[in-house]
Amino acid sequence: MIEVNGLVKTYGSTRAVDGVTFRVRRGEILGFLGPNGAGKSTTMKMLTGFLRPDAGTATVDGVDVALDPVTVKRKLGYLPESAPAYPEMTVEEFLSFIAEVRGYRTEPAKRAQVDRAITLTHLASVRRQTIETLSKGFKQRVGFAQAVLHDPPVLVLDEPTDGLDPNQKSEIRALIRGMAAEKAVILSTHILEEVDALCTRVIIISRGRIVADETPAALRARQPGARLDEVFRSLTAADV
Amino acid sequence: MQQIRPVFKREFLGYFRSPVAYVFLVAFLVISVSLAFSRYGGFFKGGIASMESYFSFFPWLFLFIVPAVGMRLWSEEKRSGTVELLFTLPVTTLEAVLGKFLAGWAFLALAILLSFPMALTLAYLGEPDWGVIASSYLGAILMAGAYLGVCALASALTRNQVISFVLSLVACSVLLFLGFSSFADFLEGVFPLYVADAVANFSFITHFDAFTKGVIDPKDIVFFLSLTGFTLFLNVVALER
Repeated sequence: MIEVNGLVKTYGSTRAVDGVTFRVRRGEILGFLGPNGAGKSTTMKMLTGFLRPDAGTATVDGVDVALDPVTVKRKLGYLPESAPAYPEMTVEEFLSFIAEVRGYRTEPAKRAQVDRAITLTHLASVRRQTIETLSKGFKQRVGFAQAVLHDPPVLVLDEPTDGLDPNQKSEIRALIRGMAAEKAVILSTHILEEVDALCTRVIIISRGRIVADETPAALRARQPGARLDEVFRSLTAADV
Repeated sequence: MQQIRPVFKREFLGYFRSPVAYVFLVAFLVISVSLAFSRYGGFFKGGIASMESYFSFFPWLFLFIVPAVGMRLWSEEKRSGTVELLFTLPVTTLEAVLGKFLAGWAFLALAILLSFPMALTLAYLGEPDWGVIASSYLGAILMAGAYLGVCALASALTRNQVISFVLSLVACSVLLFLGFSSFADFLEGVFPLYVADAVANFSFITHFDAFTKGVIDPKDIVFFLSLTGFTLFLNVVALER
């Protein structure tokens, strides 16, 4: 579903992403791990067509993002970091806008998609509240609702559980797990337990390069008896 | 191009979802009308059933009022991060630029048209020339589009609304002063007449004046529309870089 080949992005004199290559198949949940500033978000921004890569290609379902961004964006659901949304809109207005842009133009079709997303993410209690008045957890769920509204085959989630309390975290995880069977999912996180709980594969990225690409079990087997965060620290030691 | 509609709708309604629209509309009408009523405008003193004294302030008023509408177009999206959301939705840059610009333009047109009680007052007091009034409104709306194009471009260059406002102000005042009579006289003194004329031709005032006198000249329409188109093109370039 997702193929990323030798992506490079340079900001000024620093190389944020330096030749990242990986694939994600349908049914997989890929955990994107790495210290802050390692290049996780930049890679996701290139995959979703927000940033243009300096070199390399990213394809979704065989379509190159650089050549046909709109087609790729139709297949993608993307939750950007810190879940940006228009603060003056209510949850319902915001999701209706997303539904319209996603091509649900008739009132019943729009309504159906918005209701589905609201039910899925448990937003019914705040649907008529403006987004600026919502708590962090609700805002994050609005971002999630927006990403899954059109039931996309590919989900890209940048820190989906950031700022949520433990109950909300496990709820979002259950949601992702429930949808993952027929989707390809990439999620970035720096919570290691999340990788263990959710992901079928892990990529650790450090200074723009991939330093590990394997299952959580294989990652753990690198240092028998060590905790996952110890393995993480030894792999990304170059970063600090 | 069908994606313009949802972007337009969200942006246009966005003005009314916050107090911005109401503050702006009231301020615009109060200022524009009081300028016309003031002794500089002489709306009543002139004893003529004409809105010329009302419209003559528009190039100056727009200098401040249009950047106030345009500054948030892109800066706001960049600051709050929603630009990332917008450009990862299936919308092309051109569609987004047009949708947002048209929303701002429609909002300005609404503000301008809400001055219609002025025209009704004239109709009550005397017999105004409706053709001149219509051409003045047309000119004002076209000029607002050109101003807004410049402001939208300035807004696309920065995530800071204050910088965006100041940039717009500077760019628009250059386009305004080129045709201001005393500045034009100065140019004529320094440069040959054809250079001075060519420079003055890039001014808002030069092209707007004809409309307020009831003259709809294609070259004035072309000026405003091509300036609008050019700034929107640069706007797309600025966002795609």
